[in-house]
Amino acid sequence: MENHLPFEKPIMELRNKIDELKSFTDEKDIDLSGEIEKLEQRLEQLEAEVYNNLKPWQRVQIARHPERPTTLDYIDSLFEQFIELHGDRLFGDDEAIVGGIAFFEGSPVTVIGHQRGRDTKENVRRNFGMPHPEGYRKALRLMKQAEKFNRPVICFVDTKGAYPGKAAEERGQSEAIARNLMEMAGLKVPVISVVIGEGGSGGGLALGVANHVHMFENSWYSTISPEGASSILWKDASYAREAAEAMRITAGDLKEFGVIDEIVKEPRGGAHHDPKEQMAILRKTLQQSLKDLLVLTPNELIESRYEKFKQMGTFEESDF
Amino acid sequence: MIKDLFSKRRKYASMPAEREQPKTMNEGVMTKCPKCKTIVYTKELMKHANVCMHCGHHMPMTPSERIDLILDTDSFRELNPHMVSADPLEFPEYKEKLEKDQKKTGHKEAVVTGEGTIGGTPVVLGVMDPAFRMGSMGSVVGEKITRAIERALDLHAPFILFSASGGARMQEGILSLMQMAKTSAALKKMDEAGLLFVSVMTHPTTGGVSASFASLGDYNFAEPEALIGFAGRRIIEQTIRQELPEDFQTAEFLLKHGQLDKVLHRQDMKNVLSAIVQMHT
Repeated sequence: MENHLPFEKPIMELRNKIDELKSFTDEKDIDLSGEIEKLEQRLEQLEAEVYNNLKPWQRVQIARHPERPTTLDYIDSLFEQFIELHGDRLFGDDEAIVGGIAFFEGSPVTVIGHQRGRDTKENVRRNFGMPHPEGYRKALRLMKQAEKFNRPVICFVDTKGAYPGKAAEERGQSEAIARNLMEMAGLKVPVISVVIGEGGSGGGLALGVANHVHMFENSWYSTISPEGASSILWKDASYAREAAEAMRITAGDLKEFGVIDEIVKEPRGGAHHDPKEQMAILRKTLQQSLKDLLVLTPNELIESRYEKFKQMGTFEESDF
Repeated sequence: MIKDLFSKRRKYASMPAEREQPKTMNEGVMTKCPKCKTIVYTKELMKHANVCMHCGHHMPMTPSERIDLILDTDSFRELNPHMVSADPLEFPEYKEKLEKDQKKTGHKEAVVTGEGTIGGTPVVLGVMDPAFRMGSMGSVVGEKITRAIERALDLHAPFILFSASGGARMQEGILSLMQMAKTSAALKKMDEAGLLFVSVMTHPTTGGVSASFASLGDYNFAEPEALIGFAGRRIIEQTIRQELPEDFQTAEFLLKHGQLDKVLHRQDMKNVLSAIVQMHT
């Protein structure tokens, strides 16, 4: 793994050392197998230590890893005959959100997700996965279409947030997000949302009013990004690590708050360490969700979605 | 089992609003308009609903001033006045800040909701208070607005909401964000029931509040010069690296860009709302 994260440095160093010894053995014909075995045990230990105790900020870094699978990667490997559909019919086509129709396990579904770029050039085109209003309006158009043709909607959430720009405001960023929240609440078909990377505030939630909301083990979902929270709390964006802890943004936290249904396991070290394995895990999650939801009537789907969000929040009531 | 899941749990505590509340934002005998700097008698200003008699600048109102301005005299009955935050993140200094704002404003949270009448017609009303934690939305604000909407559904009455908010409340983390979904989902029910929702955005209506219920009115109005937007001006300037026009994100700017039905002067507020309610009964 070339693109390792800062906290993975000790692991990488140890791994390099083992590789060195191995090539030394090959070249010089000296038996170092005892040494190598010891170091390999140590590596196993170290990996367990690091990856089984990931801190919130480390998870944020994994969520943002450039090699982490994106929406289109999941679409390519989990869905068949995907046909991408473009445009909001009002202004343009926002490539920060992709959507279309496909088969999942033989049944037609509508699939929509934030799409960040997999390299710099693509990131420019996709605005780093930060949508404008037309992205949300395209998403809503596709959801309404799914409702018309009675097929489930599957959403992948992966954005730092809705784009904070001049044009976005002029074209009604607020209204576009708000409209999605309201209309998603009323969809007569099953809606499943999976936070696969970053769940940046309202920009993420606009694809997140679902019957089932699942969240990858190393993703984050929050009212405000760790950097944003840091600037507000400490007037300085460089305390993102501390903010990531204080804001309780990990899958485990959200499960505790009753905001998500299931934590989607990731291969050790994150989805990018074994994308194939990750696809298999997600496939199972989606299969189960669809199985649970397809037995509900439209009215049950709407009512249970409503009750799900209605119970979110904590407060105290007294008589005085 | 499944029936239990969908059964409606409704707990309403209706109480007349008789608690001590500061009647006005303006404490002294004289008040200086922050826009034109003219000094006027506070009493005169209050007669003009806190609108500067010289330049027309709309100064903040307390929820009780707003309620007096909009509803028929003595018709207001508050809903859920005692709901308070449970501090889910155990956020440093949050409880203290809440207590301070409770003392300052005389109410327990950043929104006051209740029932009343306009020209004799029953309505449900919500008024947010920018003086309480910048009107930010945490669990209590979201729950009170949702219950107000459910109340409107029960009564088959219109819902009118005056928003004023800096957005989702950071100190309650993800639960604040989810209030956007909760309130919007409740509005979908109103929509399906064919009931009227009028949103009046007052200064300022931004972030998660502008990106949820405040933008979802059958009619979206705003007070003159109110700041309304999704992202903060500073963030946008930093992101796009250019200066923004002076009127950016004002009510007038939104009107020009097709994002509002009307900019409504405070002196016309009651008449217009009253007419709209009449047209929908």
